[in-house]
Amino acid sequence: MKLAGPAVIAIREVSKWYGPFQVLNRCSTDVAKGEVVVVCGPSGSGKSTLIKCVNGLESFSEGTITVDGVLVGDAKTDLPKLRARIGMVFQHFELFPHLTVMRNLVLAQIKVLGRSPEQAHEKGMALLDRVGLHEHAHKFPGELSGGQQQRVAIARALAMDPIAMLFDEPTSALDPEMIKEVLDVMVALARDGMTMIVVTHEMGFARQVARRVVFMDKGEIVEDAPTAEFFGSPRSERAQVFLSKILQN
Amino acid sequence: MFSNFDFDVIARSLPYLFYDGMTFTLTLTVLATAGGIVFGTLLALMRLSGFTLLALPAAAYVNLMRSVPLVLMIFWFYFLVPYIGQWMTGAERPIQVGSFMSSLVTFTLFEAAYFCEIMRAGIQSISRGQVAAAQALGMSYPQTMGYIVLPQAFRNMLSVLLTQTIILFQDTSLVYVLSITDFLGAASKIAQRDGRLVEMYLFAAVVYFVISLAASQGVRVLGRCTAIIR
Repeated sequence: MKLAGPAVIAIREVSKWYGPFQVLNRCSTDVAKGEVVVVCGPSGSGKSTLIKCVNGLESFSEGTITVDGVLVGDAKTDLPKLRARIGMVFQHFELFPHLTVMRNLVLAQIKVLGRSPEQAHEKGMALLDRVGLHEHAHKFPGELSGGQQQRVAIARALAMDPIAMLFDEPTSALDPEMIKEVLDVMVALARDGMTMIVVTHEMGFARQVARRVVFMDKGEIVEDAPTAEFFGSPRSERAQVFLSKILQN
Repeated sequence: MFSNFDFDVIARSLPYLFYDGMTFTLTLTVLATAGGIVFGTLLALMRLSGFTLLALPAAAYVNLMRSVPLVLMIFWFYFLVPYIGQWMTGAERPIQVGSFMSSLVTFTLFEAAYFCEIMRAGIQSISRGQVAAAQALGMSYPQTMGYIVLPQAFRNMLSVLLTQTIILFQDTSLVYVLSITDFLGAASKIAQRDGRLVEMYLFAAVVYFVISLAASQGVRVLGRCTAIIR
């Protein structure tokens, strides 16, 4: 489908096998600058695997992925350097529990990007302000609620000034009352023009901010359509079944 | 029944027992622990590296060290290290290393095998998600290990590491095979000289007991203080 601008992330014919089991089957899609793409589908459909391929956390067997023109799977690519430019938010937050919130935010800025401690601290504080957690800077992650931890995790990823953000089911591990505070941060981020790929079951979020929805099933991209079109008249039967199940509750 | 005993011999020999003996014992314990943890952590990283070329030698080393009695190791190293030194430096005579260096090398190498297994368990206790998060931030392997995995593994394993150190503290008494004056060696020498075997060995046992018990109580308290908030 036609892109709004040049592709920041281009996924071409990506396949992956775990032994004889095929997890990804010739997946192709593009994400333009400033675009928000929601990836959904039944569990085990390969959504998380696909976005983890984008920053090389998962390897893939065939196909190519380029991020800002850099080939992810290439042996010559400096993977740590590329990863530092792509933010990632995990289902289980994965804050570093032995470090304070502020240390979580500044560590990679200092050690990976080579920023000065003052610079990194200033950036960290600004981002904590943005996610509404200014007063928790000196606490440990274990002292925060799940929703607060995930907001810190988003701030940690943003501290690296990423060119794109990957969200791997960011609200799936949260209690219902905390989902909104995290989604609000993500909506604000999308409105600010961040390029985002979001794996989520939050269809309300998809409707609100996604430009496109990618529907996956059994390792395949079954449908890749503009949001309104996807929800209004899904073409494939599998997407129709999935939507009817997920929108029931 | 204690009427024939002369407990005064203990008071008379205290400076010798502690200044000469215990100093040696504690120095050996501390240095061998430090060296063992560093070398053991490297071995653990090798075993977990996923490269057969690194993992296999490390596994072989650990299994060999854990299958040989410590006394035998101390004995062998005392006679072997001078010749290894000679071979490595190409000197004409065996290198004189002295009984302290010889036993320090032995205990460090021996304890490294145990610390390796402790650190391996500690590293494996850190979830893959933590590694993924560090990598996603652009950290290299040394950075991921140094800032994220090892500090957490170390804290999770702190009480096990210190308990192993207490065992090492007791095991250092085995240097008696080299006639070294550690705490037990010192007590033994006084016992033989003054013919006060029961008094001295009883006293030595009490000292080892008190120190080990106090240390293990300390480990429990420390474990509670350093636990990571989850």
